[in-house]
Amino acid sequence: MKILTGNDLPSGDVIWWTGEGWSRHVDDAVEVGDEAQALIAREDAARRVNGAYVIEATRDGGSVRPAHIKERIRALGPTVRLDLSLKPADPAAGTWVI
Amino acid sequence: MYQYDNYDQAMVDARVDEFRDQVKRRLAGELSEDHFRPLRLKNGLYLQLHAYMLRVAIPYGTLNSRQMRALGDIADKYDRGYGHFTTRQNIQYNWIKLDEAPDLLADLAAVEMHAIQTSGNCIRNTTADHFAGAAADELVDPRPYAELLRQWSTFHPEFDYLPRKFKVAIIGSETDRAAMKLHDIGIQLVKNDAGEIGCRFYVGGGMGRTPMIAPVIADFVPPLQMISYLEAALRVYNRYGRRDNKYKARIKILVHEIGADEYRRQVDAEFAHILTLGLEPPPAELERIKGYFANPGFEADLPDNVDLSDPDFALWVDQNVHAHKQPGYAIVTISLKPAGGIPGDASADQIRLMADLARDFALDELRVTHAQNIVLPHVKKADLYTVWQKLDAAGLANANLDLISDIIACPGLDYCSLANARSIPLAQKISERFADIGRQREIGELKLKISGCINACGHHHAGHIGILGVDRKGTENYQLLFGGSEAADTSLGTIIGPGFNEDGIVDAVEKATDVYLAQREDGERFLDTYRRIGVAPFKEAIYG
Repeated sequence: MKILTGNDLPSGDVIWWTGEGWSRHVDDAVEVGDEAQALIAREDAARRVNGAYVIEATRDGGSVRPAHIKERIRALGPTVRLDLSLKPADPAAGTWVI
Repeated sequence: MYQYDNYDQAMVDARVDEFRDQVKRRLAGELSEDHFRPLRLKNGLYLQLHAYMLRVAIPYGTLNSRQMRALGDIADKYDRGYGHFTTRQNIQYNWIKLDEAPDLLADLAAVEMHAIQTSGNCIRNTTADHFAGAAADELVDPRPYAELLRQWSTFHPEFDYLPRKFKVAIIGSETDRAAMKLHDIGIQLVKNDAGEIGCRFYVGGGMGRTPMIAPVIADFVPPLQMISYLEAALRVYNRYGRRDNKYKARIKILVHEIGADEYRRQVDAEFAHILTLGLEPPPAELERIKGYFANPGFEADLPDNVDLSDPDFALWVDQNVHAHKQPGYAIVTISLKPAGGIPGDASADQIRLMADLARDFALDELRVTHAQNIVLPHVKKADLYTVWQKLDAAGLANANLDLISDIIACPGLDYCSLANARSIPLAQKISERFADIGRQREIGELKLKISGCINACGHHHAGHIGILGVDRKGTENYQLLFGGSEAADTSLGTIIGPGFNEDGIVDAVEKATDVYLAQREDGERFLDTYRRIGVAPFKEAIYG
């Protein structure tokens, strides 16, 4: 699947397109299909996202997994500071990246 | 230490106001990201993997306790309670919010700091010997010259949009602690046969995708002509540097392509012209600056002995304390490399503790080293034990300076948008594998440096053992290099064979140390043995 990501303009947080807005959680990401470029132009113009782009990912049940390790690290947080990640209580979070 | 005059302060304050307005306009939609990006980068604000990252300039790696304390407070107030000291003697914050960045810069300006010259194709923040003004082997204190260089280079209109970024390092000792020959320009302060001080210019060094060692371009330039010679060297580069190809745009490519002799000829011609213009700073200005770096308050007739009856303290003194030029004083290096830790990271509390130690025991000075450690440059020998106890209580008494666990590592793919592979986990695994300090000391000096991409922020080309992370079809892969050095015997490492995965590279490093221990001769470091026996025995052990 193709999903849309970027950074929140004022905070810089990594965000994912949910079909209705932006979420900090990659599992909320949805397939954007052919709408990506139009979405990017609209959301960028509205300053709801900074530097949006499309990436490859797979969905397994309720979980979305970006294809590339760089995007998985963006989705989770630094693997060396899991206490700062989006899943600080999940001991398996680091292995999800690899 | 240098202190801002009214002009310095007004310039920095004005910059904060300007950036505050730029941020306001960006958030209001009056500036696009394409317009805003170069403006924020001129203020050290990058957009990295997880958030905005702010790189704060620490001129020639020197700061006082008030500034260090402010860096700790900023880590708490604007970031997530820590900062990362870098190979450029700076500090980076990884979790900055754009709408708070102007307030952060204002807090920096209040302690005579800023984030100017930490990004963009300008002359970057100058680096220097982190033992400047303290080292027993120092010929000349390079800091007044570094400060003069800072004042000349900041907002220099002719050199604000160079073909590429431009890095200058300056030292005043025979011992190179600043990787000088791996900079765009390295300046070594030397003394001629007549006993006069001068500047030896090395031009065209660098790491990155095309590592090169800088050749000597000028052997002796009078110190009051240093700025004019820099002007000439930069002007030739600005004229002919490749703006059409960013991978060939650094000065090292120009010097390499036209040759050192031709480059020198052109610089000399430009230098001769500039000298007719009388642009040198007045001697009184250099003397004024020197006044700030004169004796910081050394006491005379202090005891020169240290009670080493505590074995842990004795070990730390042996590894992390260096000789000072002033009897009764010593130089302390605080290692930010605990076993399993993140090289260069320090918590806000640790930063504030180091500030307190500088205030109470180091004549109010600290230095950041390019090896991502912190120096207390002027500690009375009588105070060493107290300092060590306070460091130990804060987890900062790691006695591993220049040993295999004193690893330089870039932020890598855990933080950096340019990286291809993670660096920090490797550093953690290697430092854990070699956590036994006795084993580390048995191996002796071994400088291990890790970069997560070809840009070489982790100085992998210059490691006795270097590791380069690459992306191989979406998987992290690590290449192993041997034989680099960034000291006075500067050399570039070479890749020894096929790459490894994360665990494989740790095993390979251990096998390399086994070969070294089996083959070394008296007094040889790992690097010396490698240079003597060559790569073959290492490849045999590692690849079988």
